[in-house]
Amino acid sequence: MKKHRMTHIRQTAAVLVLLTSAALCGCASDKGVNGQVIVYNWGEYIDPETIRMFEEESGIKVIYDEFETNESMYPKVESGAVAYDIACPSDYMISRMIQNGMLSEIDYDKIPNAKKNIGAQYYEQSRGFDPENKYAVPYCWGTVGILYNKTMVEEPITRWAQLWDEKYADNILMQDSVRDAFMVAEKRNGYSMNTLDAEELEASKNLLISQKPLVQAYVVDQVRDKMIGGEAAIGVIYSGEAIYTQKENPDLVYVIPEEGTNVWIDSWVILKNAPNKENAEKFIDFMCREDIALMNFEYITYSTPNVAARELIEEEDIKNSEIAFPDLSQYDNLETYVYLGEDGDYLYNELWKEVKAY
Amino acid sequence: MTSKNKWLSTPYIIWSVIFIIVPLGMILYYGLTDQTGAFTLDNITAIAAAGHAKALRVSLLLSLISTLVCFLLAYPLAMILARVQVKRHNFIILVFILPMWMNFLLRTLAWQTLLEKNGVINHVLSFLHLPALKIINTPAAIILGMVYNFLPFMVLPLYNALSKIDMNVINAAHDLGANNVYTFVRIILPLSIPGIISGITMVFIPALTTFVISSLLGGGKLLLIGDVIEQEFTRTSNWHLGSGLSMVLMIFILVNMVLSAVFDKDGEGSML
Repeated sequence: MKKHRMTHIRQTAAVLVLLTSAALCGCASDKGVNGQVIVYNWGEYIDPETIRMFEEESGIKVIYDEFETNESMYPKVESGAVAYDIACPSDYMISRMIQNGMLSEIDYDKIPNAKKNIGAQYYEQSRGFDPENKYAVPYCWGTVGILYNKTMVEEPITRWAQLWDEKYADNILMQDSVRDAFMVAEKRNGYSMNTLDAEELEASKNLLISQKPLVQAYVVDQVRDKMIGGEAAIGVIYSGEAIYTQKENPDLVYVIPEEGTNVWIDSWVILKNAPNKENAEKFIDFMCREDIALMNFEYITYSTPNVAARELIEEEDIKNSEIAFPDLSQYDNLETYVYLGEDGDYLYNELWKEVKAY
Repeated sequence: MTSKNKWLSTPYIIWSVIFIIVPLGMILYYGLTDQTGAFTLDNITAIAAAGHAKALRVSLLLSLISTLVCFLLAYPLAMILARVQVKRHNFIILVFILPMWMNFLLRTLAWQTLLEKNGVINHVLSFLHLPALKIINTPAAIILGMVYNFLPFMVLPLYNALSKIDMNVINAAHDLGANNVYTFVRIILPLSIPGIISGITMVFIPALTTFVISSLLGGGKLLLIGDVIEQEFTRTSNWHLGSGLSMVLMIFILVNMVLSAVFDKDGEGSML
């Protein structure tokens, strides 16, 4: 559930690294010594250096492509316009792909690092969308919570309900995406965030409409910059962004609201018609190696399910960070999105449009 | 047209078929079918749904206001430009067009940084002990963004039409006893109508269909019809509804173009 997060400097750096790596690996032939692998991942969701290392060690050329949202990834993979080997969608989108028979089963014997390094609890959590752990290897996970600026609020923010407090009118940033926005209202009312109950949805919609005059803006990736700049007091944000924003502005505090929230996992999957399945397995195995997972964690700061990599983190405060590695057992109201079906998606989108147009 | 000329135009015909006719045909196809491929008018009548109708109303209102503001700002400027020496007006036009060399998105993002609560403008204002400007995430900010981005499209056709007015006509009016105001109302304004119409078209249409400006400067709180269509394509991937709504929008654009064709028979005002 990654959103863009790097500064422009880092973006440029990433592009440069990719370009140089392309130049270094010798573009005389399109494929590496051992063929190629085509990867489809979230934008800026990997340390480009790890791709270069993989190419060097394995002799496999990586063709790397990026997407912005689960929803934009899906039709591209489905149409088969590009024959991807690997993608990295989120939980509910993986269940949609499983339902539509788009994924290929993982052979864990070929990916030893996946079983060795990834914590068992994350496989357990994946059962929500991949009941037999047959298709998805966890890559990153996190929560959605509230980021607030302690110099701009009167009391600590601990509940979603405080996003309806008139004191903070024009100081609230909401997520401009249908599921995340509805999740906030549904959790506040104690509903499931996967509800399809007409009354609950109507109540959530009205709640969001009543909140609208208090909201400063509906944004996606700009929450980060706006919170760093002190534009707003409270924002709804992904936990992976929180460590970075706190480094930039120490007044910011990240909390998981008492009413519960969304726990999401983005996982590597191998597509059904992957032309380079063996290389795809090698790539995933490489990404699960503890030193590589650590590099990626340090680069993108999204929580890693790779417990072996976490052990290698040198800074104690990051290793034991409540934000990066919260103890989720203390909450009993966390959920993961499930795919709602075409009709469910349609319903949510229509209601969200009503909120936005109100 | 000789056969040789016809042959020379082939690349352009191929180009316009691939990039104009075919996409239009696809929009028509998607707009008039549903997910199963059956014919339907639902995607077009959907414009009457509360959310869509409101988005269209808001879009029409905002683009009318910004067209009017653009006109009021551009007309005096175009008159000045048409009267100054050639050397100087080239420079002024360059200054006006210069921002257009930068990416439209970047310019709009820059306005966001300028207008923000802790933005550049408010820093300057608070330094001068003036009250802070609170227009970011309001309709006013959207109008500002539209006016800023589309003003050159109003200035250029107006300038073009005004500079073509024969000075002798104006001198004759003065000789016959018309004062400046009367000359303006009876001579200059009517003669510049082709430029006015073309300027209005060139500002109104992009303002009506924009979606970036409203989400960047309006904080996503005001849904324009362009936003609705964009979201149908990129987020909810309901291309059928998106195409149907685009067709409704095309009707407004067509009306606008018919009007400009009626008033601007010789294409005098169209400079770009």
